[in-house]
Order: sequence, then structure tokens, then C-alpha cells
Amino acid sequence: MTGTPVIRISDVSKKFVIRKDKSLKERLVNARRSRANVEEFWALRHVDLEVDAGHTLGLIGGNGSGKSTLLKIIGGILTPSDGYVERRGRLAALLELGAGFHGDLTGRENVYLNASILGLSRAQTDQYFGSIVDFSGIEPFIDTQVKFYSSGMYVRLAFAVAIHVDPEILLVDEVLAVGDEPFQRKCLDRIKQFQQDGRTIILVTHSLEQVRQMCDRVVLLESGSVVVDGSPAEAVRHFREVNSEQDHVEQDARRHLLTISNPRTVDAAGNRLTAYPVGASVGVEFDVNAESPVTDWAAGVALTDASGLLIYGTNTVLQNIAVAPISGARTVRFRFDQLPVAEGQYFVTLAVHPKTGPDYHRIDRAMSFQVENSANDPGVLALSPKIEIE
Amino acid sequence: MTAAGTKLPERASAGPDGLEQPLARVNAPRSFFRGFGDTVGEVWQYRELLGNLIRKELKVKYKDSALGFVWSLLLPLVQLGVYWLVIGKFLGAGAIPTYGVYIFCGLAVWTLFSEILSTATTSIVFNAGLVKKVYFPRELFPLAAVGAAVVNFIFQLVILLVADVIAGLSSHQWPNLSRLPMPILGLVVLVVFATALGLLLAAANVYLRDVQHLITVVLMLWFWVTPIIYNVRRVSGTLPSALYSLYLMNPMAPVVFSFQKFFWPQGEGTEYEFAGNIYGRLGVMLVVGLAFLWLAQRIFAKAQGNFAQEL
Repeated sequence: MTGTPVIRISDVSKKFVIRKDKSLKERLVNARRSRANVEEFWALRHVDLEVDAGHTLGLIGGNGSGKSTLLKIIGGILTPSDGYVERRGRLAALLELGAGFHGDLTGRENVYLNASILGLSRAQTDQYFGSIVDFSGIEPFIDTQVKFYSSGMYVRLAFAVAIHVDPEILLVDEVLAVGDEPFQRKCLDRIKQFQQDGRTIILVTHSLEQVRQMCDRVVLLESGSVVVDGSPAEAVRHFREVNSEQDHVEQDARRHLLTISNPRTVDAAGNRLTAYPVGASVGVEFDVNAESPVTDWAAGVALTDASGLLIYGTNTVLQNIAVAPISGARTVRFRFDQLPVAEGQYFVTLAVHPKTGPDYHRIDRAMSFQVENSANDPGVLALSPKIEIE
Repeated sequence: MTAAGTKLPERASAGPDGLEQPLARVNAPRSFFRGFGDTVGEVWQYRELLGNLIRKELKVKYKDSALGFVWSLLLPLVQLGVYWLVIGKFLGAGAIPTYGVYIFCGLAVWTLFSEILSTATTSIVFNAGLVKKVYFPRELFPLAAVGAAVVNFIFQLVILLVADVIAGLSSHQWPNLSRLPMPILGLVVLVVFATALGLLLAAANVYLRDVQHLITVVLMLWFWVTPIIYNVRRVSGTLPSALYSLYLMNPMAPVVFSFQKFFWPQGEGTEYEFAGNIYGRLGVMLVVGLAFLWLAQRIFAKAQGNFAQEL
């Protein structure tokens, strides 16, 4: 069945008009200036896309890039200013969990109401009710008014209803990260089951990791236009490149006893590079300048990924390396032979500090480098398994 | 509990079955003149949701209140008592036979009309969360307001019937069943007009929140230009005939007459009874009302594309 388009977006543009006054009085008083109170902005510009059955499409992009607007237009919640969307099959939009929940109604009443909002008949809801309650895991509270629910219980119930809607096309907007970890795993498992059933999913998310794990195609939007439409790795890489220009954070501006300068990453041959293939040898180098001679000092380095997760950190003390007293300029080299991390962008934090006590000088995210992979295997680590089939 | 423990809902067929359908345009532009029928069909598809929304309106309204539905009856009953005492006794309109039943005929339909208009007007704005996140025909919101009001009206109808029995026991005048089609037609006219207005006001209120305040003022005025607590004979005697004809163009006037004609048999043959052709007036109002409903829905349809971004 693959190859059949289920969604076709033809030259869709969406213009928002932002008015800054709302009441009749304001409009009358400002009648003459009313032009000045109207702002136009294009949330989407000439978007063309076709999504085939059974694919999982990720929409990524910064805040305000038009992802959610596009999703709402596909869902029929917004009408485009220009162009049109065609689709076939039943659609369910999980744009906000529990959008139809009413705090005064009990969990049970809300399940029935929300299910019918999402398009289930009463008979179907009766049939799935046990399974919905089971999935949500809040059975003891099902006859309690939802205003007394914790926020976690609320979204769990909402997600449980949504997941039972049984659509051919599922639109998901940032709603997968709900509940505690076991519940999140359960949600992701269910989404995977959806994929295996050959259903089409369009996913808006800020989690690039999720995109790489779940999607087989990713569209990167930037101020309303499609910038990249391709494999997850390609789109994510492009997105990170665009966003890598963030400034590194200096600890403060006071004078340092020891100063770090000239941070760089180098390959095995000593060439300064900013992109490396997976498993390459990466050297982190920086110069340290001492204003006056210092005996008690150590140098440290830390690698974080794009989401700020610490991948690895070490220093000369932890490695039991004796450091000679410093005076004048020195160069520090950390070399990682075969850096075993998966594709992505990595940041390097550098510090020089005494064995105990506050740092002499520290630069958070002093520089970044890319690790690139020609294959597209997901995960955090780049392992190279040997595969045998007997 | 593991993920494997819960199974996907069982499906009639193994694969996605919507793929045999052709690609259909989302929110396809509809011709201004023929889109009405499409929308009616769509609302019919969603009738179960409409039922659930009505149920929700009713449940939520009196949730956590000890008296619940009694409150919807209390207001018109208190109104009835006040008007009966102040206008019937103190101001001497008591010449109208069984004045209590007379007022309640008008009050019951008026309560329905004003409840539809005031709740429909705010229906889209109050459900902003849903409008912005889920798609279904937006008409369902004002229609749910209409439905909830009609359910409340049924309870008032029960009171009206009880009042008829009590009044009938002393006056030995009972409603003439051959006239039953009259209040039914009147009710249809009322619902058609109120729905049309409700659609328009609900859409307008999204763009201009003043509408919800304006409507309370308009309803108050409208109440007094409808012959509910006073008698139409006084109006015809006071107003010049041109103005009187204009007065009778109020769609609520024949509706009130139709209820009085049936539920207030004590007025039969008295000078307080409306002498004109009620069926004729209701018929004209129904035609006008249906045309108005069509127009209102078309305007609503034009406006609703921008609801999600205006809220």
C-alpha cells in the first residue's frame, strides 16, 4: 500500500492578521489609526508536501516556524489563506491532550465525551472503555471529577482516550512526553504499534532524538517555508547547523589567574576541523596562560550533546596525571581515539581549576563539533556490531 | 502493567481501510448557495457528538449543586409570581382571566428564546479550547446550546400543563386538542429563528466580544415588545395602525399567541384573545425564518475558517 499519497498539501500559505484591539470602543476610538493596529504575518509560505501511506513524517523547526500551523491546517482546524490540502481516511489530531475535558465531569463522563469529540461512536467507546481505563492506569479515580486529578493523571487519561481512536492518519503535536517514564515508554510503544499497522503519522516535536528514532522522513520548516525535506539525519543536521551559532557562556569577566584561550578540535593529523565521521579520533586542544606562576592547577574537559546532556567529563586530577607548575603559556591536549558517539552536534566545555576550590577559568560550550554518519542507525552511541546470521 | 498487556482496538479489517477512498479536499470551498445542505449532512453525521455536547451542557450547569434542575424552574416560577402579583394585582391587569396561566404561556417560550440566544452567543468563545484543537463542524456548539435550552423548556412545559390542570379544574375550560398543531408550529418557528440568530451572534462574538453584552440589553427590550405580561389589545389600542403592524412583525409575537391559544383556554372568545390569523402569521414566519437560517449558516460558514486564530 505504500506509494499511495494520503495527504497532499498544495501550495499552502497562511497569513495571520494580528489586531491589537478587541472592543467596539477601542475600534471606534482608533478608527482612523486602525491600519496601524493591524499587523500581518505569514505563518506559512507556499508549502508543498505529499505524504504517503504508512510513513511517519516529522516536522521540526524553531519556535514560530509554522509547524503547528501546518498541522492544524492538515487537521482542518485552520483554513489556509491560499492553496489547499487533500487527504483520505479517518484522521485524529492529538494537538492538545484533554482539550475537551471538562473539570466538573468525572473521568468516565469525560472519556465518553472526549471519545466522541475525537470521532468514536458510543458503541465503540463502550467496547474500548476497559482498555482505555487500563491503559491510563487510573482506575480507582475514574468516577472522580477530573478537576481533582493530578496533572499527570489528567494527561494519562487523555492520552489513553486519544490512542484508542484508531485513525488512519494521526497528527501529534508535542504530546508524547507526558506522564512518568514508564507511561512515556508505553506511549511510545503504542505509537510504534501504530507505525507497524501501516498508519500514517505526522509528528511535530522539539526532541530531535525522538525525530531520529521515530520518523522515516523529516521536514524542516523555517519561518514558514520548507527548508529541508529528506531523511531524519539530513534534516536534523541542517537544523543543528542553523542553531549552532549560539554564544558560548563565559563564567564572568573578572581577571583570571589562569586563562584559557584558542580552543580547537583537531583530527588525528592535527588539522583543525569542526566535523568528524563517526568513530574518528578527535583531539580537544586549548592554550592556558598564567599571569604568575601557579603550582596547584588542573585542566578539565567535558562533552555535552545538543540537549545539554553530559556525555563525558574528566580532568587531570581524575586521570591521576601529575601536572608541572605553570608559568607563561602552555598547550593542553585531550585526545579521544575513536570517539564512540552517534551522529549529532557536541559541545566542549573547558576549565582550569585548582585541585579543590573554584575554577580559575571555565568556558561552558567553548566550541562545538559535528559527528556525521553516512548510515542512519539510531541511538546515542555509535557501536559497530559484527552481525552474523547462521 | 506492560505495554504488551494492552492491545490495540480490534479493527474490522487488518489494514487501514480508508485508503480506497479518493483524496478529498479539507475544508473544500463550498458554493455560497449550496453549502447549506452539505453542512446539514455533516451535522447529521456528528449527531452523536451533538447529543453528548448537549448532555455535557446540562450536566455541567448544575454539577455540585444540591437542587440541580430545580434552579432552571425556579427562575421562571419566581418571575411568574412577581408578575402575577405586581402587574396582575397591584397594577390591575387582573381583568385578564387566569392571568397566571396567561403569563406563563409567554414566559415559558420567552425563557426558551432568551436562553438559546444568550448561551449560543458565547458558545464558541467558551469552547475556545476545543475550537482551537479539534475539528468538527463548529455549528455544533450553538446547536448544543439550542438543544440544552430545549431540554430545559420541556420541564417548563410540564409546569404549564400542571397549571392548565389546576386552572381547568376550577374553570372547566380545557385545551382544545384540535389546536395542538398551533403551539408545535410556534415552537418550530421559535427554534428556527433562535438558531439562526444564535449562529450569527456566536460567530460575531468571536470577532467582537461586545456582542455578548449587547445581547442582554437587546433581550430585555425584546421582552417588553412581546405581548407576554401585558395584553396585545392594549397595544392595538395605543399604537397607530402602521406601528401596530410593525409590532406584530416580531417573530416572537405569533409564537406567544400560539401558546396562549392552546394552553390558555380561559381566554377563548374573550376580548383578550388575539383575533388575527395565527396559522397564517406562523407560516409566513416559518418561511422567513428558514431563509434567515440558511443565510445565517452561510455567514457562519464564511466566518468559521478564522475562528481558531481569532480566539
